[in-house]
Amino acid sequence: MAPAETKPRREGAVAAGLLAAPLALLMRLVDGPMGALQRLIGERRMAYVFILPNLAFFSLFVFLPLIINVIFSVTGGAGLFPSERPFVGAQQYGYLFDCGSFLDPSSCREDHFWRGVSNTARFTLFQVTAMVLFSLLTAIVLNMKIRARGFFRAVYFFPVLLSPVVVALTWKWILQRDGLLNAAITSIGGERILFLVDPSWAMFWIVFVSVWAHMGFYTLILLAGLQAIPADLYEAAEMDATPRWRVFWRITLPLLWPNMIVVIVLALIKGVQTFDEVFVLTGGGPGTATLMIVHYIYETAFANQVQNFGLAAAASVVLGVVLFALTLAQLAASRRKGAA
Amino acid sequence: MSLVTKLATARRKPGRWHWTDIAAYAYLALGVVLMFGPVLWLGMSSFKTQAGLLEFPPSLLPMSQKEVAVPGQSQKLPLFEVEMPDGSKRVLAQVRRIGIQAQMVDPEKSGETIRVPIDKRTPVREFKLATENYTEPLERFAFTRFLWNSVFVTLVATIITLIINSMAAYALSIYEFRGKTAVMLMVIGTLMIPITIILVPVYLVVTKLGLVNSLWAVILPGAATPTGVFLLRQYMLTLPRDLIEAARMDKASEWQIYWRIVMPLAMPALAVLAIFSIMWRWNEFLWPLAVLTKTESYTLQIGLNAFQGELQTQWHYLLAMTVVTLLPVALVFVFLQRFITTGIANTGMK
Repeated sequence: MAPAETKPRREGAVAAGLLAAPLALLMRLVDGPMGALQRLIGERRMAYVFILPNLAFFSLFVFLPLIINVIFSVTGGAGLFPSERPFVGAQQYGYLFDCGSFLDPSSCREDHFWRGVSNTARFTLFQVTAMVLFSLLTAIVLNMKIRARGFFRAVYFFPVLLSPVVVALTWKWILQRDGLLNAAITSIGGERILFLVDPSWAMFWIVFVSVWAHMGFYTLILLAGLQAIPADLYEAAEMDATPRWRVFWRITLPLLWPNMIVVIVLALIKGVQTFDEVFVLTGGGPGTATLMIVHYIYETAFANQVQNFGLAAAASVVLGVVLFALTLAQLAASRRKGAA
Repeated sequence: MSLVTKLATARRKPGRWHWTDIAAYAYLALGVVLMFGPVLWLGMSSFKTQAGLLEFPPSLLPMSQKEVAVPGQSQKLPLFEVEMPDGSKRVLAQVRRIGIQAQMVDPEKSGETIRVPIDKRTPVREFKLATENYTEPLERFAFTRFLWNSVFVTLVATIITLIINSMAAYALSIYEFRGKTAVMLMVIGTLMIPITIILVPVYLVVTKLGLVNSLWAVILPGAATPTGVFLLRQYMLTLPRDLIEAARMDKASEWQIYWRIVMPLAMPALAVLAIFSIMWRWNEFLWPLAVLTKTESYTLQIGLNAFQGELQTQWHYLLAMTVVTLLPVALVFVFLQRFITTGIANTGMK
């Protein structure tokens, strides 16, 4: 393993070196002023100088927006700046939750929001299930004594690096009316299917495509977990001639469980925020059959004729609460992983 | 072929084949087709002519009708294989089509015109790469502009990310200072806040800074990444303290210690962050989509998405541009694959 470990390090260092070259010149100019500053404020306080740029960015683009988001969600009107927006209390939330029946989006005042909630819930359920099953299966196969493991691992992993737009357009080309898949279907005597025009098929394909694009990432996490299981456990099981399915249920799965939880929670967090691939592949359609919550937020704030920042902010806060709960679950899970 | 034979004969223990071995290789073979196939198909399709793309069922390779220059004709003529009334076959060039009849000439002796019913001719096809799919968008659309915008955003954002994140990581790993715990908690806090839930207010901040439709609006908000700070800090904690103390003895300033000693030593971790940052920035979609509304400021991803709306019927350009967008990532993957996968396995981030 040792040579394989050092080689990628060197390649990476070369890549970083290319970026570092212009930086070196720039930084040489900072040397003098920084030395003067240190003489002025002392060695200890330099810590604040180092932390300052990052904190400024975090404050300006994360913490401040977080506060403004809440302000937006309790104010109305069409203005972008909080000073132009009258306070309306919980009205935006009232609009969002104004529903005849929560099970029927069309009975809601903001029917697109509830379509988004219901689509996202269904999508996440299917996607996480498929993701966990296929990445587990793939990780197990990759962990077997097979030839060319590195090659096969790369095969499953490479779509992770593709941009969502590329992924969506690649599949759109295959799934279109005269695409490769329909050619295959007609060649065996079937009828052409309009995959992205039929609501159920569209849902199926966005789940399929997002599993295709991201399963490599989760497979890696599970593979790392599988490789951490001590080999002597398997050897002992083999000595006792334990059947394979039993080895899987009694050894593999329990020891892999912490990694499984990480995968499930991470996939949930990503699934709830799904937007990019779906937006390019189906545009939320047909109709609103694949419209997701984030798509609703984007549409309400930026794409609609009348931009409604307040409503979008309120929907963001609702989404934020869901994500916060999921993140707490992740923290609890990783703490259990640390203990195990 | 040697790989295939090796694969076919690989087994757990000599002489013992278990059905799970066969199932495993079957699954892997299916995986190769399913994972590589779509991208390969995209690549092959991107070299087809517009007419070639409209064919159904589609041909596997980019084929197009052969054309020849015939003396006496101003344009090149398409070639057909024609079944003559006497049953023989000849290769003729078509001058024009009139109803169900076609006027053909023999490319060798262009004197006589032959009239042929159109159902007696089949096009002569040859393997030809339609490279104009790649060259024409460069001239006709703002494609070069998008490409440049993406390169600019990716490089500048990665440099800023590396500098400010490593500075913060340095402060958090080397110093003890008042408020350190608070800062660490803030960094952890930002981990949980994706752009999806602060889209509107970040837009407000960017507007207030006068950056809407500028590439800086894409670069700045994501420059400070909590994952980057964590990754670098964990690495810097492992560096020997003695080295830093020795440098202080030699009257090196804190900045010099950071830049001349800690940064070179942290190169492996910086490289991981650099690669991740390049990936994030090149592929970023939702935020640029919200903040860039003028065509000249589009990045590749946004431009590509806009094209797919406008160019519904012009798949030949769209496919070629998709391939160009995919290419840098493919190159990075080929050269740094091992590095990226170990990076993900070690940090659990993407």
